[in-house]
Amino acid sequence: MKLRILMVLVFMTLLLLGAGKSATVKPAGAGHEAEAVTASMPRFRWENFTTANGLPDNHVFAVLVDGDRVWAGTENGLAVFEGGRWKVFTPKDGLAHRAVLALALDKSTGDLWVGTMGGLNHVSAGRIDTYTQLNSGLSNDVVYGVGVQGDYVWTATAAGASRLNTRTGEWSLYNERNTPMAEIWTYAVSVGADKVYFAVWGSGVLEYTIATGRWKDYTDPDGENELVLFKDQGLIHKITSSVSYVDNTLWAATYFGDSHYDGRSWHNFLTKDSGLPSNFTNQVRGLDARRAWFCTDRGLAYYDGVNWAVYRPALDTGKPEMYIRETSGKITPVPVETAPAHNYMLAIDFQGNDVWVATAKGLSHGIRQK
Amino acid sequence: MKRGLGIALASGAAALAMTLLSAVPPHAQASAANSGDQYLSPSEMAFSPDGRLLYVVCERSDQLLVLNASQGVVVQRIRVGHVPRTVAVSPNGRQVFVTNSWDDTISVIDAATIDAAKSTATRTIATQAEPYGLVVDHGGKTLYVANRIDNDVSLIDIATGVERKRLTAGHGSSYLAISADGRRVYCTHVYPRIVPQRRVPQSEVTVIDTASEAVAERIPLDGVAGMFHVALSADGRLGVVAQMRPKNLVPLAHVEHGWVFGHSLTVFGADAGGTIEVPLDELEHYYSLPYGVAIAPDKSRIFVTASGSDVVTVIDTKRLLAFAHSRRKPFVNDLSASANYVRARIVVGRNPRGVAMSPNGRRLYVANRMDDTLSVIDTLNDRSVGTVDLGGGAKTISAARRGEQIFTTSRYAFQGQFSCANCHIDSTFDGLTWDLEPDGFGKDIVDNRLIEDLAGTEPFKWNGGNPSMATECGPRTEMYFYRSQSYSPPELADLVDYIYSLPPRPNRFRASDGQLTAAQERGKAIFYRQVNKFGKAIPEANQCAYCHSGPKHTSQKGFDVGTGKWTDRSPVFDTPQLVNIALTAPYLHDESASSLEEIWTVFNPHDQHGATNDLTKDELNDLVEYLKTL
Repeated sequence: MKLRILMVLVFMTLLLLGAGKSATVKPAGAGHEAEAVTASMPRFRWENFTTANGLPDNHVFAVLVDGDRVWAGTENGLAVFEGGRWKVFTPKDGLAHRAVLALALDKSTGDLWVGTMGGLNHVSAGRIDTYTQLNSGLSNDVVYGVGVQGDYVWTATAAGASRLNTRTGEWSLYNERNTPMAEIWTYAVSVGADKVYFAVWGSGVLEYTIATGRWKDYTDPDGENELVLFKDQGLIHKITSSVSYVDNTLWAATYFGDSHYDGRSWHNFLTKDSGLPSNFTNQVRGLDARRAWFCTDRGLAYYDGVNWAVYRPALDTGKPEMYIRETSGKITPVPVETAPAHNYMLAIDFQGNDVWVATAKGLSHGIRQK
Repeated sequence: MKRGLGIALASGAAALAMTLLSAVPPHAQASAANSGDQYLSPSEMAFSPDGRLLYVVCERSDQLLVLNASQGVVVQRIRVGHVPRTVAVSPNGRQVFVTNSWDDTISVIDAATIDAAKSTATRTIATQAEPYGLVVDHGGKTLYVANRIDNDVSLIDIATGVERKRLTAGHGSSYLAISADGRRVYCTHVYPRIVPQRRVPQSEVTVIDTASEAVAERIPLDGVAGMFHVALSADGRLGVVAQMRPKNLVPLAHVEHGWVFGHSLTVFGADAGGTIEVPLDELEHYYSLPYGVAIAPDKSRIFVTASGSDVVTVIDTKRLLAFAHSRRKPFVNDLSASANYVRARIVVGRNPRGVAMSPNGRRLYVANRMDDTLSVIDTLNDRSVGTVDLGGGAKTISAARRGEQIFTTSRYAFQGQFSCANCHIDSTFDGLTWDLEPDGFGKDIVDNRLIEDLAGTEPFKWNGGNPSMATECGPRTEMYFYRSQSYSPPELADLVDYIYSLPPRPNRFRASDGQLTAAQERGKAIFYRQVNKFGKAIPEANQCAYCHSGPKHTSQKGFDVGTGKWTDRSPVFDTPQLVNIALTAPYLHDESASSLEEIWTVFNPHDQHGATNDLTKDELNDLVEYLKTL
């Protein structure tokens, strides 16, 4: 419990103050190989949205792309960018709470499910319905994660996981009483065709198999909070912040490194042996079994299965920065003129070749250049 | 029409029907005999694309009647599912679809077999809970079905019978219409949205884009509760909804001032230039429970049935829009307004419900639900030209049938303002709270309950003050609702007979074999427990099953369960029955609990309403799951 409180304090402090400083990337020697790697990595021109141009708050916790529309969950309301303008929904419009933490799209209906600090919202063509721990079976009002699986809406809350059957209205709760969840602070959910994964703060990753209704846990095999004794043998750490399940592959983020699991083998990522700019990762989004994006407290990282690219304002100067980190460890800076709004990244979503990134100081649109 | 004449004609509807019959050929009376002696209760209709056949849904007899439209002859009686509600025909006319609201199915009928006199439902399609309205998309591939209990619209692939998706619609989603170009489907709902207690009722028209199969828009209608049919003009520029505006936020003491129900239309679309609510009532006479609506092909007229007043109102569209545009402020409560755009009030049979306009626009057919007849209206001359007797088998009207006729007519209320059916929509409830007068203004604000399966649940009223249904419906109704002499003793007896005859609809949360799910079983154990989680005995009066005992889960006694408010004269309330309790949110005597959960999470801090504060959230969810099965 003390550890959890400490982590919360660390998280909130970093969120509000921005990231700490680290050394600027040093150029490495350039060669043909490096040039080829550099050329293969995506480059973006970044356009940033803040309160100055319509966003209701600069603390952006979640982002979701729905065709031409982009939804942003901020500390002061839900915003949608459509037709070049932002429209904002607040508790006055029916939002359960002003702080919006998570977003999920029901692709079948186009409806949006919204996790807030005060309950779960269902947004459908402008109508907002609210589910709370008082007026429904929702396990807790603090909803960190949302996912849609057919007729079911899964939520990751501060008191375990909940599942709403939208067909019958039945709520099923999952917590320490019926899952291997030692801690019930669920922090994110990722829904696949056959499985649902939860990032559980202090209990690693929980896997729910849809066909059997059974749960399985994945935890840090060495059980050490400060050390990684068993590298590539399991989840890197049990303080899990994010999961992403794609192509039968699990990507898991923690505040102490990240992990990749293909069903047979684990691979761990740490700053010391990968291109991760930080071990403190708020969100991981797998593109497929090989590629993923990492939203860390020190920048946005892209991993193509071999090499890494990092996008951020430089930690010391704040100037736009991009660099490539090859598997050999070689680092190559890439000249860029724009950068995301801040190096503290919280969430990412994709719009064709573009990316949208939620940061601690605005929402950033990465417009693909190459 | 003279108002007094209208009332007189309504009360003599049987004689009127006989008179009208002389205006149509003899063969317009049923030529295909009804096989049983059941009442039919025709409610909705649809034409075949060529206008040759008219399909009529009969709620009571579980039949689809097929009429030769030109001859007014019933050529087929097709058995469908239980309590059918609506019929739709595929664009090519080859398939006919009927929603069976108590079976949760759609009957699919091959139209080619109809003339062969052997037609039956060729197959059934499973639906969500209580399918009501339906339309077919212009491609003939997708059914849009409004599910009244599930509050949504299902999109069902006709070829496979598989539901492709469900779109959230209004509370009690019921009626659908598709635009002439097939690009939009419009859905209305009969119960208002669940809002915080004592707020203005809210409703919506849900607009579905058929290309994206997603909700494109929700047209908000504040102050509206109880929406029925919606219709679109042929050019798509005008939409019309039949609706009620309850005045439930003021004490029900102003019947003489017309301050109980307003009956109106909402017009919307490009012609309206927005959303405009227009009253149908007059200064001294009301046209209650507007239900079916149609727009003439040339858009010159709007037809709307007043199902409680046995009248079809004909509106001059041009005058209506001109008048509406001339008014800068809302005029829906201006009872003098309708004189500016109402062309005619055409008397039809008892309880007119759905309408169907012939493809050429010359005839409007009206389903007279309580007469088992159809009225035929000449749309160019605004007059009834005949009545089609559908051949209801019963020659002697039963007490319950007479009672249902009384239940659905507003002729007993002062100025014909409303009927039982205004608040008990389709013999259910209305989702509203009312401030009744006898207990003083602002006191004892109460909701009305579902009125199915009431035998054995006496006494009535939330304070248990009415020992019998005769008291509930007799003197109380005369004095505090209708402000009239109301019913004669035989009429009251018939009305009571009808209400007691209402069966419970199927419970959608209980498996057909009665087996409970694991969560429901756990909830049942909580409902019947006598010891709390700490091993301490729960006082008898704090056990769920003590007050909610017996087959209907009511001890028929009153208790103080801690839910009384400062507005209540007494904190003691009659124990409500729990039959189909899942359907009747919001809850408690004053609808202060928006959900079953809130009964205990918000309104039971001291365990007076059952011992529940030792329960975890999971366990409370289990209890709710069990309650939904009752």
